[in-house]
Amino acid sequence: MIDIFINVTLLAFLAITSVAIVRMTNLFAIVMLYGIFSLLSAGLFVVMDAPDVAFTEAAVGAGISTVLMLATLALIRNQQKPYYAEAPQAHRPWLPLIVVAITGAALVYGTWDIPGFGDPNAPAQTHVARYYIENALPETGVPNIVTAVLASYRGFDTLGEVTVVFTAAVAVLLLIGGRRPKPAVKLKDKGEQDEA
Amino acid sequence: MKPNLILHVVAKFLIPLIILFALYVQFHGDFGPGGGFQAGVIFSAALILYSLVFGLDAAEQIIPPQWLRILAALGVVIYAGVGVITLLLGGNYLDYSLLGSSQIAGQHLGILLVELGVGITVAAVMLIIFFAFAGRGRT
Repeated sequence: MIDIFINVTLLAFLAITSVAIVRMTNLFAIVMLYGIFSLLSAGLFVVMDAPDVAFTEAAVGAGISTVLMLATLALIRNQQKPYYAEAPQAHRPWLPLIVVAITGAALVYGTWDIPGFGDPNAPAQTHVARYYIENALPETGVPNIVTAVLASYRGFDTLGEVTVVFTAAVAVLLLIGGRRPKPAVKLKDKGEQDEA
Repeated sequence: MKPNLILHVVAKFLIPLIILFALYVQFHGDFGPGGGFQAGVIFSAALILYSLVFGLDAAEQIIPPQWLRILAALGVVIYAGVGVITLLLGGNYLDYSLLGSSQIAGQHLGILLVELGVGITVAAVMLIIFFAFAGRGRT
């Protein structure tokens, strides 16, 4: 009973937040609402007994990515003017509305065949999950089956994931890593030379 | 930057707790929820909080960017190195059972080392990305 109440409350706040994000025009407020959205999702993951995912969502979604977006906002704020105010209202909203309605109806239709949450007969539970639950503790001695699967049974996957994370850092460093002393002045000088 | 007393006091109180929690999630991941990924992001969140409150330069004095690059690579090397060690011991790649005297001990040591590698890489990468983004606005 209390679970249903918490779920409904969190989902209602999620819906309200997403509508607010769509209707808001202040970028700073939108970034803060993204953080709130992630925090609400983290709460939902806790209710669904997935504290690992909730940790990650709260730290990355609500914390680090909000900070990154604020850092980006601090760079673009003064230069970028809102374009939505002047955007011409030439298009009719009916076609997008019909597309969204049909897609949403198809998705809802698809959920009818999804097994219930925690259903022991769901295909995801009957394939290898039984093996892990029965053998993870005797074979690895690790009580947390998630860690046993992640680090031992699926060690290759996790090595690939760590490599992906490392590659992301390399890409960011290559793109915007180096210190650039006053690029704006250089660009201005170059522009003047081109004009001359 | 104008110092804000409340922020400074609260941050000084919270940052050690966040780092302690990150270490708990890292090394207790075998028994409770969590592991290298979660511990890495929580640890980097603590340092990002520090740099938000005390400034980017102060944070870069704690962990210089060159160290971060080495650490990010070191985590991957630890992970892949465990696999190479098991190869040298005559097993399959990432077959931890050979690392210890028994299968359980080997698996335990292997999982601990691998999670440590994951944690180091994730924490370093998050900080690299944060410093890269935040450092752009600096004149």
